[in-house]
Amino acid sequence: MKVLAAMSGGVDSAVAAARAVDAGHDVTGVHLALSAQPATLRHGARGCCTVEDAHDARRAADVLGIPFYVWDLAERFRADVIDDFVSEYAAGRTPNPCLRCNEKIKFAAVLDRALALGFDAVVTGHHARLVDGRLVRSVDSAKDQSYVLAVLTAEQLSHAIFPLGDSTKDRVRAEAAERRLAVADKPDSHDICFIADGDTRGFLARTLGAQEGPIVDAVSGETLGSHRGSFGFTVGQRRGLDLKRPAPDGQPRYVLSIQPKTNTVLVGPGELLDARQVRATRPVWTGRPAPSAPVECHVQLRAHGMVSPAVVTAGGEGVLAELRTPQRGVAAGQALVMYDGDTVLGSATITSAE
Amino acid sequence: MPYLDHAATTPMLPEAVSAVGEAMGELGNPSSLHGAGRRARRRVEESREQLAASLGARPSEVLFTAGGTESDNLALKGLYWARRNADPGRTRVIASAVEHHAVLDAVEWLAAHEGAQVTWLPVDATARVSSDMLRAAIASDPDSVAVVTVMWANNEVGTIQPISELADIAHEFGIPIHTDAVQAVGTLPVDFDASGVDALSLTGHKLGGPYGAGALLLRRDVDCVPLLHGGGQERDVRSGTLDVPGIAGLATATALAVERRDEVAPRVAALRDALVDGICSRVPGVQVNGHPSARLPGIAHLTFPGCEGDSLLMLLDARGVECSTGSACSAGVAQPSHVLIAMGASPAQARGSLRLSLGHTSTRADVDAVLEAIGPAVERAQHAGITSVLAP
Repeated sequence: MKVLAAMSGGVDSAVAAARAVDAGHDVTGVHLALSAQPATLRHGARGCCTVEDAHDARRAADVLGIPFYVWDLAERFRADVIDDFVSEYAAGRTPNPCLRCNEKIKFAAVLDRALALGFDAVVTGHHARLVDGRLVRSVDSAKDQSYVLAVLTAEQLSHAIFPLGDSTKDRVRAEAAERRLAVADKPDSHDICFIADGDTRGFLARTLGAQEGPIVDAVSGETLGSHRGSFGFTVGQRRGLDLKRPAPDGQPRYVLSIQPKTNTVLVGPGELLDARQVRATRPVWTGRPAPSAPVECHVQLRAHGMVSPAVVTAGGEGVLAELRTPQRGVAAGQALVMYDGDTVLGSATITSAE
Repeated sequence: MPYLDHAATTPMLPEAVSAVGEAMGELGNPSSLHGAGRRARRRVEESREQLAASLGARPSEVLFTAGGTESDNLALKGLYWARRNADPGRTRVIASAVEHHAVLDAVEWLAAHEGAQVTWLPVDATARVSSDMLRAAIASDPDSVAVVTVMWANNEVGTIQPISELADIAHEFGIPIHTDAVQAVGTLPVDFDASGVDALSLTGHKLGGPYGAGALLLRRDVDCVPLLHGGGQERDVRSGTLDVPGIAGLATATALAVERRDEVAPRVAALRDALVDGICSRVPGVQVNGHPSARLPGIAHLTFPGCEGDSLLMLLDARGVECSTGSACSAGVAQPSHVLIAMGASPAQARGSLRLSLGHTSTRADVDAVLEAIGPAVERAQHAGITSVLAP
């Protein structure tokens, strides 16, 4: 096949491209420039999308002997991922930009362009497997990225290749070293790539403007403190509340909900965070047809962890998951991903939890 | 392999390769006083005389540098500082809007760090600067102008500027003028003395010489503050041990390029015209950019409607046709060309452009290879559309 390998400059995508070459594909490497003014390490940027990352990706392509280009998708990324990230926070939800980038950039804008240009598929370094067109967790459960890919439709998955799903991250690094790829010992990126200093709250404050509001106790109704913008909070958050006085019961307080209209952050004791029912919208079913009867499965509610057995009922535009094990701090805006064992059945966007 | 990116770099002339190799085999620092030093110095000075003779300059006006970017930076910063030192009121730089980044960014640096005010000279739809515009720009406040810079010929669309006219105007007001002639030397008649400019940048690898070897032609009576301090080589304006092999290769290539220009330039222009005609007859709606006649012989700059230059470049590369979307960028991120934007193009038009540039080794077979590949490539690229820009 003629395939396009998205190369971030990291070790995973470099090895994924190498394996695609070994598999006999005609591989072309592409680095996605997602920032109109790419930062450099000199500016203190971490994560991906720096000038150095573009260089690392190019060097890996050189070593593999494949053609390499940079595609400028900065404008699309700004509109589809960054602006969405900001408006989701402004609406009191907690978005996952990596998931959004997969959905709108890597497997939409890039895939569409690749198909139009005569490619058959897009190769990425995601840690996940594709088995008979269905998305399956990586064998390395700590590095599994099926959660951030679960938004993809069956059509998108049919043009995706994930060569790393059968390997652990350690194995990938070792292989990179064996292949003499200079990125073999490059640190993993953890931060949100467009927030170079890692300070999400600062980024949101700069973008949305700081605005003081109350932190209110859900039990007593008392105002326990103030904040400089409700968008800076995530459901389940405990640290950084900076309460002026303790709650009447002396127990720690967690963010229960964010009410952007009144710029209020509602806090309460941990047990009020326990959710048994999660509602989600815009479901995508790739591991099975949309079910007409309740389904026993596992649901994952955050990119890492927060997995529970559940009964999922699909109806209309949404799904309802009744959790067998209550989960603490389920945030609207995150994905609800449903698994049968390691296989992704489908996903939907969380709207509420109670 | 059909190579159509001569404006990025052109194959080295075998004679230049020999000159470099020969000099590399010889010992000697041209600043040393013993025999080896004298032999190296002789090679440098003969090269200086050869280069000067090829370009209508005096040997003492030749300053060897490490290439076009260094020459541009030395001229702009050096002239700016010297002129400002002589009169603190001179802080204005007048530059055309279509300069190469080596000039553009140096000027912007002067603005950001040295208090320069910049007057950007607009260009018309063919990328030409007008004499009237320069006169008006200077006349608004002649005493404030430190330096004027306008490139001899544009590296993207190939438009040639009326450089002698512009030099005359600058001199009417007693202002020095620099020109980036990197694309012009070897392909156009360039006579430093006759042109009237005070400083002229050139580089070896655009005319069949080695990379990393260039020169600044600088009039003796023009004061220039050095960027590099050290051993005092090159009239104390550019310190650093001279790159003897590079200088030998540069001078050899320049002399040959100038000598063969009357034969090469018309041949390249004819190939270029055949290429443009062939593309226009195969692809509907193609727009040819740059000045229709005052244009470098080897450059064909074209806008293809509804597609990304990036896509075209990749598809042509896959067919073995090597070309460019404009000027190469180290980060590889294609910004819409400031040259096309200055000419009045929309960002989408600017993104849908390709530069095919021919040179001394180009053949009819190169042209035919492009003509064979271009139709399907454009069709496919149009199918992919303009991904980078949001749909309206």
